[in-house]
Amino acid sequence: MTSAALLPTKADEAFRYADLAALATLWPLPAEAVDVAAGETGSLSVVLAGDAPAARDLVITLGEGAVYDLRLLNAGGAYGRIAVKVRLAKGAKFHLGAAQLGGGDQTLEIVTEVVHAEPDAQSSQVVRSVLAGHATGTYLGRVVVDRGAIGTDGEQSIRAMLLDRTATANARPELEIYADDVKCAHGCAVGELDAQGLFYLQSRGLPPAEAKKLMLQAFIAEAFVDAPEEDVLTQAALQALAGLL
Amino acid sequence: MLTISDLSNEIAGKAILKGLSLTINAGEIHAIMGPNGAGKSTLAYTLGGRPGYEVTGGSVDFDGQDLLAMDPHARAAAGLFLGFQYPVEIPGVSNVQFLREALNAQRKSRGEEPLSGGAFLKLAREKADLLRMDMDMLKRPVNVGFSGGEKKRAEMVQMGILDPKLAILDETDSGLDIDALRICGEGINAIMRKPDKAVLLITHYQRLLDYVKPDFVHVLAGGRIVRSGGPELALELEQHGYEAVA
Repeated sequence: MTSAALLPTKADEAFRYADLAALATLWPLPAEAVDVAAGETGSLSVVLAGDAPAARDLVITLGEGAVYDLRLLNAGGAYGRIAVKVRLAKGAKFHLGAAQLGGGDQTLEIVTEVVHAEPDAQSSQVVRSVLAGHATGTYLGRVVVDRGAIGTDGEQSIRAMLLDRTATANARPELEIYADDVKCAHGCAVGELDAQGLFYLQSRGLPPAEAKKLMLQAFIAEAFVDAPEEDVLTQAALQALAGLL
Repeated sequence: MLTISDLSNEIAGKAILKGLSLTINAGEIHAIMGPNGAGKSTLAYTLGGRPGYEVTGGSVDFDGQDLLAMDPHARAAAGLFLGFQYPVEIPGVSNVQFLREALNAQRKSRGEEPLSGGAFLKLAREKADLLRMDMDMLKRPVNVGFSGGEKKRAEMVQMGILDPKLAILDETDSGLDIDALRICGEGINAIMRKPDKAVLLITHYQRLLDYVKPDFVHVLAGGRIVRSGGPELALELEQHGYEAVA
């Protein structure tokens, strides 16, 4: 199965910030289907860390009571895109922990659509971006609560840290709720490293790059905490981070 | 050890220090007192190298080195410790990780071997015990959720671990209850009262000086040292106020 054969344009919301020239070299994207049967548990780590442009298109279907843990590290080449569509059946649980780390002229994006199709499902998304140079990092995340999906619990925590004034972060959490009695929350912040904290760490002897690294390490750790492959992801993220400082 | 000569600076274009001079020798403990807004914290931050504190005149010699030409981390590696009036919270970074990396960064820049994890923990435990601080607190993120008194004791634990030559302690006594004041005072003495070390205490009150006896007391007002004396000067200030003395 492949996505629509026609290359999207910027008019398509999900590709509004995409690097279309890079995308054209990868198009059409094969959709990668993940089906987790009722009551089953699954997990996946996706790491884009090479030099070449890369794009992934995940379509995840969770059966009743299924649990899925997805972690993304988007730190690859000039263009890195990870799109995720998730459908949750009754009582299913989905967690996304993602970090985007970019510098230079990189364009990185994570685009999610999480559909609570039935009652009592839970989804949580934690996305942490660190952007330097002229990089652009985008998170577009839509949570849809279908009619009748009462008892839904959906949460999005989106934060981006800009290391240079020339870097760009786009963050758009979106809620579409067609049911009553649901709990959906999102938090979203774009900021810079705390200057006071940096001076404090440096005053104890850490060189500026080390001080920044320590603070950023803590920042992105929130994306990988309790991941089945926490160590591997953290190491890969630290390596990418070192390239930005 | 430290010679401040005619130091002037400004913050956002406003002159704060106006020709301040002070000499501190090894083995000495100096106290600087003075009214609010006199420039006490500015002096501490300027010596620590905080960005935004622009030096407009004068010089500072620290053990033969031009202190003002050094970056904050290089000042630390050269043996300067700045105790913050308001220690900063760093979410997600544990004290133990931070201090081990900081200590090893200092050692590296001095051409010394890094301390192993085991040796570091032993050192940290020893200093935590000295300040009666639970080792579990050092495993928590830096200053996050610490009370005012715990933050100040954590500062003293940091000082013990980093083992500086010169400590500039900016109102270490503020926010401390009576017991914590005594513990911090004893900690300062244990760590810093040595022939090859020196301390500059910045304080509003005599009470810290009851525990850490200064050799010299200075009054800072209007961006300059306006009077210097022995420990009796602090008592005189406590009785008569700054206006009468300065």
